[in-house]
Amino acid sequence: MRPILMKGHERPLTFLKYNRDGDLLFSCAKDHTPTVWFADNGERLGTYRGHNGAVWTCDVSRDSMRLLTGSADQTVKLWNVQTGTQLYTFNFGSPARSVEFAIGDKLAVITTDPFMDLTSAIHVKRIAKDQTEQTEESLLVIKGPQGRINRAVWGPLNRTIISAGEDAVIRIWDSETGKLLRESDKESGHKKTITSLTKAADGSHLLTGSLDKSAKLWDTRTLTLIKTYGTERPVNAVAMSPLLDHVVLGGGQDASAVTTTDHRAGKFEAKFYDKILQEEIGGVKGHFGPINALAFNPDGKSFSSGGEDGYVRLHHFDPDYFNIKI
Amino acid sequence: MAAEVMLMNEIEATAAQMGIDLNIDFSSIQLPPGENCGIISDDEDVYHDDQLELDSGFGNVIVVDNLPVVPREKFEKLEGVIRKIYGQIGMIKEDGLWMPVDPETKKTLGYCFIEYNTPQEAELAKEKTHGYKLDRAHIFAVNMFDDFDKYMKVPDEWAPPEIKPYTPGENLQKWLADEKARDQFVIRAGTDTEVLWNDARQSKTELVYKRAYWTESFVQWSPMGTYLATVHRQGAAVWGGANTFNRLMRYAHPQVKLIDFSPGEKYLVTYSSHEPSNPRDANRVVINIFDVRTGKVMRDFKGSADEFAIGGAGGVAGVSWPVFRWGGGKEDKYFAKLGKNMISVYETETFSLIDKKSLKVENVVDFSWSPTDPIIALFVPELGGGNQPARVSLVQIPGKEELRQKNLFSISDCKMYWQSNGEYLAVKADRYTKTKKSTYTGFELFRIKERDIPIEVLELDNKNDKIIAFAWEPKGHRFAVIHGDNPRPDISFYSMRSTHNLGRVSKLATLKGKQANALFWSPGGRFIVLAGLKGFNGQLEFFNVDELETMATAEHFMATDVEWDPTGRYVATSVTSVHEMENGFNIWSFNGKLLYRILKDHFFQFLWRPRPPSFLTPEKEEEIAKNLKKYSKKYEAEDQDVSMLLSEQDREKRRMLKEEWERWVGEWRRAHEEEQLERQMLRDGEASDEEEEYEAKEVEVEEVLDVSEEVISFEE
Repeated sequence: MRPILMKGHERPLTFLKYNRDGDLLFSCAKDHTPTVWFADNGERLGTYRGHNGAVWTCDVSRDSMRLLTGSADQTVKLWNVQTGTQLYTFNFGSPARSVEFAIGDKLAVITTDPFMDLTSAIHVKRIAKDQTEQTEESLLVIKGPQGRINRAVWGPLNRTIISAGEDAVIRIWDSETGKLLRESDKESGHKKTITSLTKAADGSHLLTGSLDKSAKLWDTRTLTLIKTYGTERPVNAVAMSPLLDHVVLGGGQDASAVTTTDHRAGKFEAKFYDKILQEEIGGVKGHFGPINALAFNPDGKSFSSGGEDGYVRLHHFDPDYFNIKI
Repeated sequence: MAAEVMLMNEIEATAAQMGIDLNIDFSSIQLPPGENCGIISDDEDVYHDDQLELDSGFGNVIVVDNLPVVPREKFEKLEGVIRKIYGQIGMIKEDGLWMPVDPETKKTLGYCFIEYNTPQEAELAKEKTHGYKLDRAHIFAVNMFDDFDKYMKVPDEWAPPEIKPYTPGENLQKWLADEKARDQFVIRAGTDTEVLWNDARQSKTELVYKRAYWTESFVQWSPMGTYLATVHRQGAAVWGGANTFNRLMRYAHPQVKLIDFSPGEKYLVTYSSHEPSNPRDANRVVINIFDVRTGKVMRDFKGSADEFAIGGAGGVAGVSWPVFRWGGGKEDKYFAKLGKNMISVYETETFSLIDKKSLKVENVVDFSWSPTDPIIALFVPELGGGNQPARVSLVQIPGKEELRQKNLFSISDCKMYWQSNGEYLAVKADRYTKTKKSTYTGFELFRIKERDIPIEVLELDNKNDKIIAFAWEPKGHRFAVIHGDNPRPDISFYSMRSTHNLGRVSKLATLKGKQANALFWSPGGRFIVLAGLKGFNGQLEFFNVDELETMATAEHFMATDVEWDPTGRYVATSVTSVHEMENGFNIWSFNGKLLYRILKDHFFQFLWRPRPPSFLTPEKEEEIAKNLKKYSKKYEAEDQDVSMLLSEQDREKRRMLKEEWERWVGEWRRAHEEEQLERQMLRDGEASDEEEEYEAKEVEVEEVLDVSEEVISFEE
């Protein structure tokens, strides 16, 4: 498997997202410019200029027309995917950490970091179909969890919002009332900051990665812990294959300690695990910094990883991959 | 209650000393009923087991007797004198000096009490001033206050001692009779200490005993594996038993830092070092030698750290441990300490110096015992700017006669390596070159068991090579040396025999350019692990010295420690908490196959449980080695059974996991279908995409088949 090395960002990668068709790949980095690439050959298609801070996250609408990006410049911007023009800017008092379109793309959930005297918060915004009707107004603001909320996603039928972050607890909120419905079990749950959270293609289960050197698989509706995948390194990014029963964990030691140790010390590998047996299948090496972002192509035949080293590596699987038996 | 208060004070004082914040609300911590989590209640410890601790509320008080009896006018003057004498030994507490006065005559009673800040000061004061002559008529008699109590309790009439009925102890060596002939090891990670079986057949461990907070600093096996020693603030303890680990004995030694067993595990040496009250003084060192089985102190040594810090680079707090080195094989007959211009050799029958005097050797800087015989090898460096050569000599104990001596010239440093059977001694001598600017290394090889102890000089092919490591083959006649200045040094193997002449050393082979800096021979000899620790990031090469071939090369990334199990069947490599990442251990077979790996955060120690020497005679061992096939048949059959069972279990486990997973998937599919309509509504009637997705899966399979077809056509 020969990866395609995608050079375009000047700073560490923060987030990767494929569109539904799997032909476009959106990348966010600490430089201020989200970029879109052809998911097949890694050719750069365009950039979205306008943010004035690190871009932490993005999401693309189902029809691949609109892109939502969240940035440390305390804004979330809505873009026209095709033309790269800014459609709207939501302003917040603190950096935006994660965004996600709801099913139907009429709503978006946005999390903001604790900043100055503001606590972290989860905001629900209405995304108007007609751009001229778009407003700043939040339908719902949820506050409560201590520390940063690293990710918030929609539950089944947009009825719930699932959040996870620095306090290592996964919470399910009612998306109408903002009431806390469920919390993950402290005993079996993560012990340190949850860095990443990703949903299965049908939204039925979640995979979370944590600095406690493990990733865990949860049932979305009941928040029952189903699987735990142990590794040697803090986990920064997780992804699930939509095709096979594989999960991928990416991570590595703290960026601050990287320079003081051998490059192998970081083990900046994307590690593949069997989703059901929880056993390690293999690893994909290449980055020379921790992996910050992972995403699977919706067709399950390729995946990409983004590293602290500023590169996106796009991997198309060899035919052997589809026949792995353990 | 008074005693309890005292104890709390002590705890607080110690905590303050160590910088520990004691502000924990203990009553808020509640253990589940009937469960103590392996933590023995302090209260039990204090009230039942530790009578000593209970009494020692006055451990820092001494009683000075035989003072002059003075009237009231002279009271202050006498008090001044006493304060002067005792104030210079340690800090007397405020109001810590009390001289009682006869209420009728208003004269003193001829004794006083002095309270110091610490028991150590009180003890020192007793030692220094007992027998102090104030004048002819008044010779001080100083006692510890606690001792009074002890002597008061002695009954006036002698009663015959109660003879306790004999209760047979547990079989402390039962682990040796394990049916599967497995070995145990102890690991310490986080707060937990665990003893585990190495079940290599099933590639896993099996728990024997686990306990949180078992020790306060480290654990250590006794040399024959009978006991596991733990270290606590109050002293050391040993644990053992047939099936689990019970506390067998405790050895009171406050603030013990280091421990050391005698090779026959009869005695335990404990060491502590205490801050002096006067910062200009050296630390005070206390060393106790306990009888392991009775727990009795056989001999104690106290003094300033300077007296114990002679020779060696100085390990912990300036003392090179062990201070007392045990000699004379497993009988534990002698132990010795390096002193200034002398070696003090003690014997364990009386625990006193042999012939009541030390062995005088001018300027001796290092010595070591033969591992099997009562022979000391000692090293004296060059004196008088080279006028008096350096020398290595072998001294027989208890006779103290010199067996052999060798003078060495222009020596910068010298190290001694004994072969485990005491047959050979290798002395690594670093010599100055003519310019004195650099050094080169040679070996002096002593054949101890041969007549007149012949010495042979060995120089490496390239004399200027630096020696990185040296190791004898256990029980064998070979040794390995890592040498060279390159980043990739060479490794050479030598034998003390050559093909034609049993009395000549010969080189077997040199391996060029290896990433290794440490040597680990199998305890059975023949195999060696060439390890590249630290800078080499844990490179491992498993080498067969009989065949001179590499069996396997491997890597345990960042490995810090390598240890063979006592039978030489397995090797453990571990990454301890000196590194932040990768903590845990790997178990390998002797030929370098990775059997299993276990990750544990904050991993501190991995120690195989040693085994006592085999009872088999050398002839029997040889016979077994010859007919190994016959003997191994039984075990091979067992191995096969286990592996069958294992794969069976594995399949079963996988089946269960798959089934469980299928249940989840089924449930999800059902829920997903139920929600289909609603989802469609959310998407303004756009068709749900799930059908597409399932189809996509099928397409995938087809494509894979295509690939295999291509292969076939290629063959044609």
